Amino acid sequence: MGNVIGIGAAPKRKEDQRFLTGRGNYVSDIKRPGMTAGVFVRSPHGHAVIRGIDKTAALAAPGVIAVLSGEDVAADGLGSLPCGWGISDAQGVPMKEPPFPMLAQGKARFVGDMVAFVVAETAEQANSAAELLNVDYEVLPSVVGVLEAVRPGAPQLFDDVPNNICCDWELGDKAAVETAFRKAAHVARLSLVNNRLIGNPMEPRAAIAEYEPGTDRHTLWSTSQFPHVVRFLMGALVLNIPQHKLRVVAPDVGGGFGVKQFHYGEEAVITWAARRVMRPVKWVASRSEGYVSDRHGRDHVTEAELALDEHGKFLAFRVKTLANMGGYLSTFGPNIPTNLYGPLLGGVYTTPAIYCNVKVVFTNTVPVDAYRGAGRPEATFVLERIVDVAATEMGIDRVELRRRNMIPKEAYPYQTPVLVQYDSGDPIGCLDGALVAADVKNFGVRKAASARKGKFRGLGYSTYVEACGLAPSRFAGRLGARGGLYESATVRVHPTGQVTVMIGTHNHGQGHETTFAQIVSDKLGVAFENIDIVFGDTDRVQFGMGTYGSRSLVVGGAALSKATDKVIVKGKKIAAHLLEASEMDIQFEAGKFSVAGTDRTKTFEEIAGAAYVPHDYPLEVLEPGLEEQAYYDPVNFTYPGGCHIAEVEVDPETGTVTLVNYTAVDDVGTVINPMIVEGQLHGGIVQGVGQALYENAVYDEGSGQLLSGSLMDYCMPRADHLPMMTVATHSTLCTHTPMGVKGCGEVGTIGSPAAVINAVVDALSHLGVTHVDMPATPNRIWRLLQNASLPVAAE
Amino acid sequence: MQISFTLNGRPTTMDVDPATLVAELLRERLNLTGTHIGCDTSQCGACVVHLDGLPVKSCTLLAPALDGATLVTIEGLQGAPGSNRLHPMQEAFRENHGLQCGFCTPGMVMTAVALARDKPGLTEAEVRHGLEGNICRCTGYQNIVLSVMAGADAMHAAKGE
Amino acid sequence: MKSFAYHQPGGIPEAAKLLSSVAESKLVAGGMTLIPTLKQRLAQPEALIDLSSLADLRGISDDGATITIGAMTPHAQVAASELVRGKIPALAALASMIGDPAVRNRGTIGGSVANNDPAADYPAGTLGLGATIVTNAREIAADAFFLGLFETALEAGEIITGIRFPVPLKAGYAKFKAPASRYALVGVFVAQLPAGVRVAVTGAGAGVFRVPPMEAALSNNFDASAIAAIKIDADGLTSDIHAEADYRAHLVTVMAKRAVGAALG
Repeated sequence: MGNVIGIGAAPKRKEDQRFLTGRGNYVSDIKRPGMTAGVFVRSPHGHAVIRGIDKTAALAAPGVIAVLSGEDVAADGLGSLPCGWGISDAQGVPMKEPPFPMLAQGKARFVGDMVAFVVAETAEQANSAAELLNVDYEVLPSVVGVLEAVRPGAPQLFDDVPNNICCDWELGDKAAVETAFRKAAHVARLSLVNNRLIGNPMEPRAAIAEYEPGTDRHTLWSTSQFPHVVRFLMGALVLNIPQHKLRVVAPDVGGGFGVKQFHYGEEAVITWAARRVMRPVKWVASRSEGYVSDRHGRDHVTEAELALDEHGKFLAFRVKTLANMGGYLSTFGPNIPTNLYGPLLGGVYTTPAIYCNVKVVFTNTVPVDAYRGAGRPEATFVLERIVDVAATEMGIDRVELRRRNMIPKEAYPYQTPVLVQYDSGDPIGCLDGALVAADVKNFGVRKAASARKGKFRGLGYSTYVEACGLAPSRFAGRLGARGGLYESATVRVHPTGQVTVMIGTHNHGQGHETTFAQIVSDKLGVAFENIDIVFGDTDRVQFGMGTYGSRSLVVGGAALSKATDKVIVKGKKIAAHLLEASEMDIQFEAGKFSVAGTDRTKTFEEIAGAAYVPHDYPLEVLEPGLEEQAYYDPVNFTYPGGCHIAEVEVDPETGTVTLVNYTAVDDVGTVINPMIVEGQLHGGIVQGVGQALYENAVYDEGSGQLLSGSLMDYCMPRADHLPMMTVATHSTLCTHTPMGVKGCGEVGTIGSPAAVINAVVDALSHLGVTHVDMPATPNRIWRLLQNASLPVAAE
Repeated sequence: MQISFTLNGRPTTMDVDPATLVAELLRERLNLTGTHIGCDTSQCGACVVHLDGLPVKSCTLLAPALDGATLVTIEGLQGAPGSNRLHPMQEAFRENHGLQCGFCTPGMVMTAVALARDKPGLTEAEVRHGLEGNICRCTGYQNIVLSVMAGADAMHAAKGE
Repeated sequence: MKSFAYHQPGGIPEAAKLLSSVAESKLVAGGMTLIPTLKQRLAQPEALIDLSSLADLRGISDDGATITIGAMTPHAQVAASELVRGKIPALAALASMIGDPAVRNRGTIGGSVANNDPAADYPAGTLGLGATIVTNAREIAADAFFLGLFETALEAGEIITGIRFPVPLKAGYAKFKAPASRYALVGVFVAQLPAGVRVAVTGAGAGVFRVPPMEAALSNNFDASAIAAIKIDADGLTSDIHAEADYRAHLVTVMAKRAVGAALG
């Protein structure tokens, strides 16, 4: 007998053995008999008319099996890549939604846009043939920045999308905000850029597709965070394959961060091609290919204004943002800078009036979609930056200003003026905890020590909240979601009492195999090692929406909890029969069914055995078997949040910013496995630190070339960039999820950019620096210092 | 051309096209898929293996370099021979939650083993510096650094036994 | 990567002969630059001539007033060499800053110098120390060797066999790493030699270059303060997404000061 390992314990992860010994099973590891290799030919131009494609030489190259292009897609009558969200402007006019063909038709709209697909016996042959494909491009001027894209005379991506504006979206009470601004004692203003990011999971995307003519079944192995959604979108809307003839498998996936939660054209092309060539086709992206095809994140230009009364109380907040969508609408694209942004502008504050206007803009860049945090880091950055600006301008301590405006713990549930209602939270508690954990009271000593070395030290705060656990379907539907976002789980109890769970979320680093097993172990009293979690295969798992938006534990875990409850209910019925007692008198505790007030018990294994190998079984009232399924749709988002405190040191000679301390005290609700939660926080924080200090996707205006197109040019945080972080939790329980969980996958990334930049600005504030755009590179800091140290010109 | 080398303790002889990367050879022909390919600019370190005891990036190594050499991959790493146990460094990664998605892990572990072998009593700064050629996107490195320090201690303790 | 013919010459003469007789052939040393280029199909040579079997090209020798490092000596070996650490610690330090540990186990000094990447470290050490590049045909002074972006004085069929470094009185190397690539955004090597001070800069421009005003100032007074006010003209320096030319110019002075500081230890 093994051990029950329950909620709150920190067992070592089940998945580690295979990863540590090189025995993971990633898509690129898979080989199929007769497998061919596919290579995508991508547009080298940001914007170009495709006048024609001459396939002759490529088709004649050694080993080539097929060369497919947009014409073939059109001839086969295949659908456009669907967008999962439809947003509207203030008048209710739906967003402009031009088709997103899986292979470009007529025009290429970004560097990396797929123009053709070459299938050959080997990858080398496919690459050689791809070089021979003759595409006749008429190169057009590109527009890559949002400010440039909406200017009159800018290059137009689509004939029927004037000024490249997909949607002019708004949220909040504009008039109330205007009234409040008129009464304000002070208005803080800030213009900022939220830099464009590239997610860079360490495993590049890959896919293999196979068609079995004998059964007319298609199988796609894909590096996906949501195989069922791929099956649904691709089968039903793009390739017209019935769901029962299409299997999508997402095996071990090497990190996602949102990048792998979209239905990509590559998946559709490969599945279609495998059927056309009647052989398995495999494609593995190179890192460079990923840079120009993985969906990018962020990329906002924003102007914000915060109105305050004479005591520093926030009266109103007004935000205008231009958000880059790239060349087409990706799966969640228009949802991110709108629904996942505007409703977060209340933050942890009691601001009574908020208005947000977002112009969603097409440009000649890779489509932009969700990247860890998705909309919420952008909102947090705007809000937490402007709070610091206001504090400085009004001469109020930054912490004090936050305190004066924070929602007190007792005021929850709290209805914000921007749709969402926070169910629980304690921002002041998180702040107080973080102040102690970060040893803020001795900061002055550390700052003086830095000064003695000629360095500037700064401290930055970010007190924030996010909305996750995507998503309450009814609410999401009102916002424009074209499908519900519930989750499902099946608990299959085997005749000998072991358990296999089939769940619709996808584990790509989050430790689900461990966390979910703890939930089952806790609830059913089954030994931890006797529980396996199955995910990522549409043939094995009923249905599910996958993993994104910190939803796996919140929504998937809730479904799992419900399904285990159903197992207990049925187990009690069986126990009642075996123990010859009333079902009402059966208690279940610590893996045993017993008759209340007696010593008559049956173990979980005995009940499982009786369920499957019935002899004397009440078949007339109870079906055999012990397997239960549950679907769960949350009634609200969950609202994790907390307080992050960053401490940086700036070398004024080189402009280098070094993160020297980082403290996070987060409210993630109930913690199932503290080891895994801490790991999620560490990783999330560092992705936010990456945005603040290192990462930047840079395009060349005009040509549309991505200048930061490799790991040589796009700076990922490395071990020697970082200090040891202090992370802790200060939890209030979510009031509407079964276990009180709130989710922890994105909090780190949402809280950290503002904390880091606030620390950088603090370090330089004595020089009159009031804002630093991200990433705060040495060059950028040096430039600011150059300007700051210039003597004031005499008028 | 024909090359002969020792692969995870076993003598191996095979015909290779010289224009083959060792990472491809391992993955495509030898079915040792624990060695991962995460980039094309020799930056990420997911492909690190030990060539004659030294960590090298197998994605930037041509197959002829194996001729006469000894190669150890993540699959060849183990605890006491015959014990079917993890190597102390692998064990330390598990104990300290030094991995999440697992993709960078083989390269991290191979780099860490070489780093620890060279230097007993690794400091945090030495570990962070020693990992500069290995990128992880999941962990924020904190638990990797702790794993490497613990694994190094365990390796040297085992040696001392 | 495209297929190529592969040659493993038994000696330098054979390597040289292959290099001049086999069309579209390239030498490969550690391969740290060439192999990524082949993988990405940016170069497609017909033949590779692999120098790794030439044991004579590997190793470090003490000639008293100079140290000679064989062309095929990997960076890790230079970094760890007791001899180099004793006589030219700045050169060992430079080698320890190249790439990452795995790259340092394969990358070679000869390969780095022959490639002359404008952001590589060894060209700065070589030019800064006034080293001599020894080839199968002749000896070339560093001052005459580096000719700009990826260009050197090497002629067709010429192979570097080693680099001979004079032992300086003092030397230091300071590198501002490009955070992503780990190449030098700006690296400055400063050496105080019997004949005077040399200052060589990598990363900042289209190729490694010397800074005569700094050399003059440091020859007078080998102290960081001597060059603190010397500004470098940003004209002609590299501007890219990582750093603008005037910032690079500024960094040259900062790194030069730090290199002097390192030299004074």
